[in-house]
Amino acid sequence: MKRILNTLFLLLMGTLVICACSSGSETQGGEVTTTATSHPKGQASVEDDVSDKNILQVAAGSDIHTTLVAAVQAAEIEHVLVNAGPLTVFAPVNDAFDALPVGTVENLLKPENKADLAVILTRHAAPGSFDEEGLRREARKGRKIYMATGDYLEVKVEGDEIWVAGAKVIGTIQTSNGIINVVDKVILPSN
Amino acid sequence: MKRNFKYITGVLLVISLIAFVRCQSSNQGGALGGDVAQKVYVAPGEHDEFYALVSGGFSGQLAVYGLPSGRLFRVVPVFSVDAEKAYGFNEETKPMLNTSHGFIPWDDAHHPDISQTNGELDGRWVFINGNNTPRIARISLSTFETEEIIELPNSAGNHSSSFVTENTEYVVAGTRFSVPVPQQDISIEEYKGKFKGAMSFIKVDQETGHMDLSFQIMMPGFNYDLAHPGRGKSHGWMFFSTYNTEEANSLLEVNASQNDKDFIAAINWKKAEELIAAGEFTTMPSEYAHNIYDESTHTATSTIKKEVRVIDPSKHPGLVYFLPTPKSPHGCDVDPTGEYIIGSGKLAAALTAHSFTNMLDAIKNEKFDGEAYGIPILNYDDIVAGVVQQAGLGPLHTEFDGKGNAYTTFFISSEVVKWKLGTWEVLDRQPTYYSVGHLMIPGGNSRKPFGKYVLAMNKITKDRYLPTGPELTQSAQLYDISGEKMELLLDFPTVGEPHYAAGIPADLIKPRQTKIYKLEDNQHPFVARSEKETKVVREGNEVHIYMTTIRSHFAPDNIEGIKVGDKVYFHVTNLEQDYDVPHGISMIGAQTSELLIMPGQTETFIWEPKKVGVWPFYCTDFCSALHQEMQGYVRVSPKGSNVPLKWTLDGE
Repeated sequence: MKRILNTLFLLLMGTLVICACSSGSETQGGEVTTTATSHPKGQASVEDDVSDKNILQVAAGSDIHTTLVAAVQAAEIEHVLVNAGPLTVFAPVNDAFDALPVGTVENLLKPENKADLAVILTRHAAPGSFDEEGLRREARKGRKIYMATGDYLEVKVEGDEIWVAGAKVIGTIQTSNGIINVVDKVILPSN
Repeated sequence: MKRNFKYITGVLLVISLIAFVRCQSSNQGGALGGDVAQKVYVAPGEHDEFYALVSGGFSGQLAVYGLPSGRLFRVVPVFSVDAEKAYGFNEETKPMLNTSHGFIPWDDAHHPDISQTNGELDGRWVFINGNNTPRIARISLSTFETEEIIELPNSAGNHSSSFVTENTEYVVAGTRFSVPVPQQDISIEEYKGKFKGAMSFIKVDQETGHMDLSFQIMMPGFNYDLAHPGRGKSHGWMFFSTYNTEEANSLLEVNASQNDKDFIAAINWKKAEELIAAGEFTTMPSEYAHNIYDESTHTATSTIKKEVRVIDPSKHPGLVYFLPTPKSPHGCDVDPTGEYIIGSGKLAAALTAHSFTNMLDAIKNEKFDGEAYGIPILNYDDIVAGVVQQAGLGPLHTEFDGKGNAYTTFFISSEVVKWKLGTWEVLDRQPTYYSVGHLMIPGGNSRKPFGKYVLAMNKITKDRYLPTGPELTQSAQLYDISGEKMELLLDFPTVGEPHYAAGIPADLIKPRQTKIYKLEDNQHPFVARSEKETKVVREGNEVHIYMTTIRSHFAPDNIEGIKVGDKVYFHVTNLEQDYDVPHGISMIGAQTSELLIMPGQTETFIWEPKKVGVWPFYCTDFCSALHQEMQGYVRVSPKGSNVPLKWTLDGE
C-alpha cells in the first residue's frame, strides 16, 4: 500500500513539473481568447468621432428608430450597418413596427427567432447608394432595387412621394457609409 | 518486489528530471525561448507600445514600424517618388521634389529626429535629411505625410543632419563634403583652404512647423559626419563630429586617416543668434528650393530662394571650438544630462567622453592647444571626462537609457556594448547579425529616453533570412534592455537600408491622428465638393475633368469629345467622409501612377491619349463591395473631330 502511495506521489510530482512547465503557453492562450472577444461586434466597435456618422450611429441617435435599433442588436447584425458598403437602408419608424400584428415584434425579439429577425431586417438593406435622386432614377428607368436577401423591390414615384414596395419614403439621410431612407412601413415578403 | 519499486521510483525520478531540465532549457533559450516570443507578441487587434520611424537609407523613404512586434505599418514617401501613393507622380506633390537642379525623384534618407519641447519628445513632426541633393524634410506625425522640404545651399552630402534642438528652435544640418563656396570652376587640387563646410541652422515655426534657413556657419573644409544638440546644461550648443581634418581630396580611406585625432566642433548657436541680431553676417547670393505642401489646397508649391546669411567663425571668437577626438569620429552623442559628449572614433580602440563642464572651464581659462583656420583647439587632456577602454572595434553610435547607461554599436566587431557613464566600465555585450550601424532607444536623443528597448540596425544579413538572390534584406534587431543584461528578442527585415531611427511611445502619436479631410475645408482650385459640381471644361487642347468618387462610382463615368493630342487633367475629389475609405483611379495608357485619394482630398493626374478608341478607367483601391463596378469610359476621337464634349453618369 505504501508502495502504491509512493508511486502515486512520484507520479504527482512528475505531473506537477510538467504542468509548471506548460503554464506559460496556457497564459498566452488565455490572452488570445480575451483579445478575440474584445471586439464582439466587429467593425461596430471601432471608435471614431471624426468621420461623419455611419448608418448604425445615425439610427442609434434617432428617437423614431428605437425599435429598429433594438431589433438590429437582438439580431446581432450591427457590423453589417457599419460596413464599407455601399449600403442603402430603408429604416422603418417605430410606428411601423407598432402597426404589425400584436405580439409580432416581441416574438421576433426572442433569442430563438434571431435568424428570422435577421432576414426580415436584411430585406431592408440594399447594396448600392440610393438617395432620393437615386430612387427617382430607379423609378424613371423602371429598375427594381436588389436587396441583400435577394428580393427585388419596386420603386414608385407619385408627384413628390416615393414609395418602395408599398412603404412611403418620409426622409433621406446621407451617412458616411451609405443612405438611410426613412419609411413608414416594415417591408415584409410579398408572399 | 522491493527492487521493482526502486526501479520504478528511479525511472519516475529520471522522467521528472528530464521534464524539469526541458522546462528550464525552454525558459532560457534566448531568442528561441517561449518567454522571449511573448515579449514581442502583440495579440491580434492590440497595439504596439512604440512607433519606430526608421529611415530607408538609399530608398529615400521613412518606414513606420511598431515595437516590440517589428510590424511594418507604412512607408512614408519623402525624397523618392512612390507610385503606390502617387507621391511625385500626381500634379499636387511634384513640386515637393523640386530643387535648384530641377525635379529630383530620389535621395538618400538618413537621420530622422522627432520634434521636442523642453528636451522631451512631443510627437508633432519628424525631420529627416536627404544626403545626395542636400535637403531636409518635415513629416507630420498627424498625417504621416511629407509636408515640407527645404534644399540647403553650399552643402554637399548633407550627412550631419537633421537634428533638432531642445525646443525644436532649429533643425541643424551639416555638410559631409566640403565644396568651393560659392561654387566655382577651380582645380580639385586647390581643395585646402578653398573648400568650405557649411553648417545650416533652420528655424522652425512652432505653430506651422514651417522651416526657414536662418543662417549658415562657414567652417573649414573638413568632412562633417554627425551631430547632436546640447541639452540641459549644454542647451544652446551644437556638436558636430569631423573627419578628414587632413583636408584630403583623394583616396580618403588612407589620406583621411593620417591624423591621430580629428575634432568634435562645438558651436555656440545662441552666440550665433546674437551675431545675426547684431548684423554680424554677410548675405550671400544663393539658390535653393523651399517646397511646402498645403493641407487645405492639398497641393504643394515650390519657391526658389535667392540668398543666405553666412557667419565666418574665424572672425567671431567664442562661436566655435574644436575638441580633439581620436581617429575619425562618427557618432557624436550627448547624454540625457547634457554633460557628456561621446565621440566614437571609427578607427580608435576606445570611446571618448568629453565633459561639457571641463570644456567651459578650458574656454574660460583660454587653455588652447593651437588653432585651425582661426578656430581655437582645446587641449584634449583638459576636456576629456573618461575613456571606455577595449569596448569593441569600430564604434559608431551611442544612445542612452536614462538610467546612467550608454549603448554603443561596433560595426567591425558586430555588437552592441552596454557601458556605464561616469565609471566608463563595460557592463555587457551582445552580438548583432551582422555589421551593425546605428542603434535607437525611443527618446534616446532627448532628456527623457524610454529605456526599455534598443533597436540595432544591421547592414549585412548573409544567412539570417530566406535568400532572395544576390540582394538580401537588411535588418533591425530588438533587444530588451530593462534588465542588467541585454536580451535579443527579435530580428526583422526592413525597407531599404535601415540607416537610423527615431522611436517614440505610441501614446504620444495616436491622439494626434488625422482621420479624414473635411470636404468643406477643401480649397483645391479644381475641387468638386458634390456630384452637382462635376463638369468637363475644355481650354484649347487642355481638358479639365472635375470628377468625384463615392462608393461605388465615379461622376461622371462616361466622357466623350476628347481628341488625340489633348492634355486631359483628371481632378478627382473623394467625397467620402469616412475614416479609411480612400479611392484610387488609373487610366489606360496614362504615363504616370495611379492616384490614391484620401477622404475629402483632391488629386490630379494627366493623361495624353495617343490612340483613337474608347478607353476605360477604374478604381484601384478596393473600396467596397461594388469596387469592381467602379469604372468608366473615355471616348477618344481623332484630332480635329467634331464630337461634342459630353459627360454623363447613368446616361444623365
